[in-house]
Amino acid sequence: MAASYDLNDDSVVVIVGSGAGGGTLGNELAQKGIDVVILEAGPRVEYDAFVNDEWESFAQLAWGDPRTTAGSWRVAKDFPGLPAWIVKAVGGSTTHWAGASLRFQEHEFKTLTHYGKIDGANLLDWPISLAELEPYYARAEDKMGVTRTNGIEGLPGNNNFKILKAGADKLGYKECHTGRMAINSVDRDDRMACQQTGFCFQGCKWGAKWSTLYTEIPKGEATGKLEVRPNAQAVKIEHDASGKVTGVTYADKDGKLSTQKARIVAVAGNSIESPRLLLNSASSLFPDGLANSSGQVGKNYMRHTTGSVYAIFDKPVHFYRGTTMAGIVQDEARHDTSRGFAGGYEMETLALGVPFMAAFLNPGGWGRSFTTALDHYDHMAGMWIVGEDMPQEGNAVTLDPEVKDKFGMPVARVSFSDHPNDVAMREHAYRQGTALYEAVGATRAFPTPPYPSTHNLGTNRMSEKPGDGVVDKNGQTHDIKNLFISDGSQFTTGGAENPTLTIVSLAIRQADHIANEMTARNI
Amino acid sequence: MVTVYDRTPGISRRELFRRGAGAGALLVVSGTAVLSPRHAWGLETTALKPETMATLIQMARDVYPHDQVPDRFYAIAVKSHDETAARDAAHKELIENGVADLDRRSGAGGYRGLGWEEERVAVLRQIEETPFFQAVRGGLVVGLYNQKEVWPIFGYEGESYSKGGYIARGFDDIEWL
Repeated sequence: MAASYDLNDDSVVVIVGSGAGGGTLGNELAQKGIDVVILEAGPRVEYDAFVNDEWESFAQLAWGDPRTTAGSWRVAKDFPGLPAWIVKAVGGSTTHWAGASLRFQEHEFKTLTHYGKIDGANLLDWPISLAELEPYYARAEDKMGVTRTNGIEGLPGNNNFKILKAGADKLGYKECHTGRMAINSVDRDDRMACQQTGFCFQGCKWGAKWSTLYTEIPKGEATGKLEVRPNAQAVKIEHDASGKVTGVTYADKDGKLSTQKARIVAVAGNSIESPRLLLNSASSLFPDGLANSSGQVGKNYMRHTTGSVYAIFDKPVHFYRGTTMAGIVQDEARHDTSRGFAGGYEMETLALGVPFMAAFLNPGGWGRSFTTALDHYDHMAGMWIVGEDMPQEGNAVTLDPEVKDKFGMPVARVSFSDHPNDVAMREHAYRQGTALYEAVGATRAFPTPPYPSTHNLGTNRMSEKPGDGVVDKNGQTHDIKNLFISDGSQFTTGGAENPTLTIVSLAIRQADHIANEMTARNI
Repeated sequence: MVTVYDRTPGISRRELFRRGAGAGALLVVSGTAVLSPRHAWGLETTALKPETMATLIQMARDVYPHDQVPDRFYAIAVKSHDETAARDAAHKELIENGVADLDRRSGAGGYRGLGWEEERVAVLRQIEETPFFQAVRGGLVVGLYNQKEVWPIFGYEGESYSKGGYIARGFDDIEWL
């Protein structure tokens, strides 16, 4: 049964956030007998309460508290208060994610070495290699039940996938299949198989898609070593005169502040909230925020080079039926500068319902050019592009100088502008995506601009040298031994792959490290 | 309180047209209501002038024209402006002034007097950066497309969990490839 810890218990590991990083770390530590308190800003919404309705679900799960935007990205104009579409609830964005679980490629851990210096980009090699992470990737794939690993068969392809596959074949692409998905293709781990319901982004009502909400968290709670405290918004990390962190102050839903003492603090609030918390924890000892001697906290914000291509056919498709991300083309994920850019991208099917298609197809658009696209909604196929974007120091999460949240804390301002490499990659992907659909007879295609970010990365990046980043290869901050970062903000660079599998793998690895260091009394 | 309801107009068709149906529109203003005599529904206004609401409905269709979507869905999509105007004087002014400006730019017969969509769109293009236009357009994105009754018109089936998903209902039924 779930544990309950006293606020003054300073033996616990406090984790901020319960998503892919925090939820996994919490369970892994609890399995080792370590006492854990997870502070989750959002409510606990169990999966039977999810709704197959895009706007209603958005209101139920999405982070809707104020944030601001800056920079030349189109999201800042179209959705100035919504830089990211991520979740504020127990399970974090693992309730919302599509399930794509891809390993990074070897060269993507060493981009400075392989891509060389690129003007305006703040490239750096990760302090770990693919070989070092492989055992943890394997553990994560088994934990999450990733299809096409561990003998688990792939999911069946829906109509949207069949079109993607037909187009991929026509273009001569070789690597097209129904993906490596953390969605059960058969009953596994006490969770049932995918029922092809759609609405993966709205939370899987069957529990077929892996989410920490109904896997890691209840498993951790069953050890009696994990307490998840929902509606607990961390506002400040506390430290003592020696610079060690001592606890986390959080606000409950009524705004009442409490401080949970801690032996170790691990921050896993996603790449927008995690740096915000470090910056909001500035003190006389750490005037620039915690763990920020490098000045890199909040910098190098990445969001993947994204975009979508939707296409209309003269016959019905019904692309919204079935798994939202139902298949992938991986041929363009390679690093091959003959295409005019460094790094690569994946093409993954995507479908939105009518409400979100109207909101995202061409934000701000109107008139018949826009509406005739929606008129053929049931004749539409679609894909999402996800590619590596360049880390840039100017792309950053900073504290907004004016806007504060309901607890009086400055909100995050998310500044982003495309790097020329990002633009070249996106244009290439739009061309290839359009060609793919035209090859199967599309009568019209729509290169659709990026949505509010779902992959937020890099704002507390890993580095070999303390001057280049915020954390080391274990996610341990260079500055403070008992302060860890456990989410995608650790990413030194973004790779072309959806980040969750790598976040989970890093969390498993980090749990081993933390347990070893605790045993050795180093922290 | 604005209500949308079905009713047969109690006045003659000729009388309705005499009271000022726009040349291009089949919407009629009567008392405090906007009526659609052909489709037997009406929308009563409380804060906004009924003529204003009739223009908003036409404008909604011109912004997001779907010829297969009946007027009543556009009426539902813009009625929140009447509700907001009832409690927010600034919003009332924004909408009334916006519509008055639209009519002024549209010549003697006003906006609804312009017979062709492309004539009305040309006027809308002049004001598309204004707060009035953006308030109306922005409200429509959710107000129009989030109506469950509209979804089947686009071939969208909505909620599917209660039906067991699509695993036995055509998730992979494409036959023409």
